[in-house]
Amino acid sequence: MWLLIPFRWINRRRHCFTVSKVVCVQQLRSSSTEFTNIHYDGLYPGHIPTTAVQKALLSIGSGVAALQNPYRHDMVAVLGETTGHLALIKLRDRMRNDPEGYAVLTERPRIRLSTLDLTKMASLPDGSFGREYLRFLEDNDVTPDSRADVKFVDNEELAYVMQRYREVHDLLHTLLGMPTNMLGEVAVKWFEAAQTGLPMCALGAVLGPLRLNASRLQSLFTSLGPWALQSGRCARCVLSIFYERRWEQSLEDLRRELNIEPPPVIPKAKKKT
Amino acid sequence: MAASVRLLVRQAIRLSHRNITVTAAGVSARPPCRCFSESAEERSTHFGFETVPEAEKAKRVYKVFENVAQKYDIMNDAMSLGIHRLWKDMLLHAMHPQPGARLLDVAGGTGDISFRFLEYVRSQRERQQRRAVRFGQTLSWQDISNSYSTIETDGPRESTAVVCDINKEMLKVGKEKAESLGITAGLSWVVGDAEELPFDDDQFDIYTIAFGIRNVTHIDQALQEALRVLKPGGRFMCLEFSKVTNPLLARLYDAYSFQMIPVLGEVIAGDWKSYQYLVESIRKFPSQEEFKSMIEDAGFYCVQYYNFTGGVVALHSGFKL
Repeated sequence: MWLLIPFRWINRRRHCFTVSKVVCVQQLRSSSTEFTNIHYDGLYPGHIPTTAVQKALLSIGSGVAALQNPYRHDMVAVLGETTGHLALIKLRDRMRNDPEGYAVLTERPRIRLSTLDLTKMASLPDGSFGREYLRFLEDNDVTPDSRADVKFVDNEELAYVMQRYREVHDLLHTLLGMPTNMLGEVAVKWFEAAQTGLPMCALGAVLGPLRLNASRLQSLFTSLGPWALQSGRCARCVLSIFYERRWEQSLEDLRRELNIEPPPVIPKAKKKT
Repeated sequence: MAASVRLLVRQAIRLSHRNITVTAAGVSARPPCRCFSESAEERSTHFGFETVPEAEKAKRVYKVFENVAQKYDIMNDAMSLGIHRLWKDMLLHAMHPQPGARLLDVAGGTGDISFRFLEYVRSQRERQQRRAVRFGQTLSWQDISNSYSTIETDGPRESTAVVCDINKEMLKVGKEKAESLGITAGLSWVVGDAEELPFDDDQFDIYTIAFGIRNVTHIDQALQEALRVLKPGGRFMCLEFSKVTNPLLARLYDAYSFQMIPVLGEVIAGDWKSYQYLVESIRKFPSQEEFKSMIEDAGFYCVQYYNFTGGVVALHSGFKL
């Protein structure tokens, strides 16, 4: 299972990467437009090594692109990856210090349609975490497979932390009871910004409200926003939870365990067209 | 008879000269890189800085252009800061096509060269007509009505441009562009491989390949096909990225290529790897002089090259005589 990948990149003129780790060749199907090669350059499937200059340019470019077109989720993802190095280290350390988080880091579970047992989750009672998550996916017409793979994080473990953060985002929607419209997304971003400290979350939290109308802004600043920030600060590290083992747990129970209060008002969930 | 023998002898001498220079230099930068350490079936070539089996290169290049087709034109403008339009205009200026010329635009993809060609030829024809009218000011009523009818039926031959590309996605984008620009007459779109063109011999007056030949696996085959489909007297023109001579400009160009262009690819088109391939493939393409001798080997005469933007782009031109 462990293979030494020859690093042709070392011979390139401009880029000398002092990487010498062995890489585990897991056949993780990548969702982006990748060449389907067994041999990949980098530390994990989908990894693209970048210089500091390239990272800086990427963060500026992706920031501009994401602001111009908020539906470019890949640009938001790239912004998060290129700016989140320090925050990812802090998150990883928090996970290591938590026994369940440590289990997550070693076992590396992935939340994808192929790993979820949907029929079993559908048979769970209402109010259980798994059933509510499934309901959230159906109501908002989303799928866990739409998350982009991590590309620009130059450390394999931190890349997994980033990937886990992305995959847990939908679960956070369920935990917080927020739909996927703009107001719900901004509320979740405020929570994530308080929790993770990722610059991309902070940026989204600051710039997201610019796209809300007056009544929603009022709702955000008076009730949803403070609740999200408070919950984010007090809650346990959400990445440290092994969600895959807690589908049967009741949602209320899980919220209590994580120190998350139920939402004060649930913004009307619109069906995604 | 003597002429063809002379041609063969000249080619043999040139080949032997090149072999000597290649071994003297030690490293051959000529694609395809034939590593004879493997068996003949597993010949490998370069895909950017990677080494891949020859059979795989065409597939991977196809995938690259399939991915980038939708954003191809926007990316060209972004990467070259719009200068690619000037390069293509200069190609047309050097070509100076006359009304009635038949153009084959290989790897024409989104049709930039063909559109410019049709526009150029149309304005040439207008100029001719204006000149004819000016000199015919004292004609009788009969002659004037005759000249009007020739304008409508177009007695002299119409110029046509054939856009040939191996990639259906690029052709699709090109067709949509043609429709939006309102260019329909004299334009046809053909799927074809530059190494094996689906045309008869001696068909075209001008053969162009702009920024496409470095993606071809066997460049010598593409050159031979170009010779085949051109009419005697026809012109081969190739616009391609080449070696920058000025060392300072070369350093800036390298830095810009490797740092900026993949980033632009990721931000605008969401595809880093395709644009990484693009800048690497530019480095693997032979220099101006080497490519010139490759064109001469294929059998073209009066081969010349012109450098644009300090050697970033070179226009090679040769004639079939």
